[in-house]
Amino acid sequence: MKPAVNSPENNLDNYSFNIEGGNFNDAGTVSTRIKSILKQRGLPNDIVRRSSIVCYEAEINIVSYARKGTVNLTVTSEAVEIELIDEGPGIPDIKQAMEQGYSTASQQIREMGFGAGMGLHNIKTYSDIFDISSEVNKGTSLKMIIKIPQQTPQ
Amino acid sequence: MDIGTIAKELNLKILSASDRMKNNVTGGYTGDLLSDVMANSHEGDIWITRQVHQNIVAIATLKEHAGVILVNSCEPAKDTLERAIQENVPILISNLPAFEITGKIYDILNEAK
Amino acid sequence: MYEERILKLIEIKEILNADIIVGEEKLDIEVKTAFGADLMSDVLAFAKAGSLLLTGLTNAQVVRTAHVLDIAAIILVRGKKPPAETLAMAKNLQIPILTTKYILFETAGRLYAKGIVGCLEKVETGSEQS
Repeated sequence: MKPAVNSPENNLDNYSFNIEGGNFNDAGTVSTRIKSILKQRGLPNDIVRRSSIVCYEAEINIVSYARKGTVNLTVTSEAVEIELIDEGPGIPDIKQAMEQGYSTASQQIREMGFGAGMGLHNIKTYSDIFDISSEVNKGTSLKMIIKIPQQTPQ
Repeated sequence: MDIGTIAKELNLKILSASDRMKNNVTGGYTGDLLSDVMANSHEGDIWITRQVHQNIVAIATLKEHAGVILVNSCEPAKDTLERAIQENVPILISNLPAFEITGKIYDILNEAK
Repeated sequence: MYEERILKLIEIKEILNADIIVGEEKLDIEVKTAFGADLMSDVLAFAKAGSLLLTGLTNAQVVRTAHVLDIAAIILVRGKKPPAETLAMAKNLQIPILTTKYILFETAGRLYAKGIVGCLEKVETGSEQS
């Protein structure tokens, strides 16, 4: 895996961030950062919101279950693309994991208000295109695409 | 005010203990943190939550709640329902979010005073 | 049935006999919807932008969730006092926090009676899995 670089805010269309598994103190910092980037780029509120939500749900999953992960954000004129790749236990049964209410959360995670088993479902709901793949004992990859409505010429 | 009247007025679906609709509701408790509900809810409360696993039956029984209302159309887990039937705990479902159903029940209970 | 109303945060503060511990400068913001929960997933799935978030959860993740969702203000119920890191995050992300001694049932009940409504439509977006 190539090293991730936290890119400065300018006209760059690609950004990468690291997530540390188990670090609940910092959980959410990437999503907050991404929200800020997308807002500064002047994207519509709805697009910013949906992107932040899917990133946040995925970020919490990585912190909750994986050893570490990388977030790659790509912004084009057509879409916001967020890819998360983690190293961790992976998901043995993706279909089951996608079910609302299915959760493998620990007590600690539940006491924090997570672990209701809605995360992947929420991610899918808010994305226009959602891809998930996983390998047990290796890790999980998510890709979310949120399309930016195109201005039609008058 | 019995739980059956509340169920009827608010169009709640009754999933278990339909013979316990005369359970008296003396208050309400809205919350999803089980340790908090254990510590702070009271006998006769109607418990409004989105938690669906079987621990909710244990808590409702221990705290002698009038019943449990699941919000946002959250369906109970299979073993939750089985346990609720076994222990005669009314479980009801609302398609409304917790804020709305709480507001309506609060209103009903206040009018009854 | 109560009439739906728009309320300012300062009115919310009065209705709930609440203290404002972050965001005093935002007491004139207006709200009309509220979401009550202790689990963040439902908040992420249902809460609308510009809503109040009523919760008994005081950890910093509540503030992150609120930020991601453009929540107008957080109301901590059951007399809970948040830890320093929650306050710091709220100040940093500019999200007002009020605290009330009322339980969530009472808090929601009072606000509903004054015309605040729940978040009734879930945000549905088309989604395909490729």
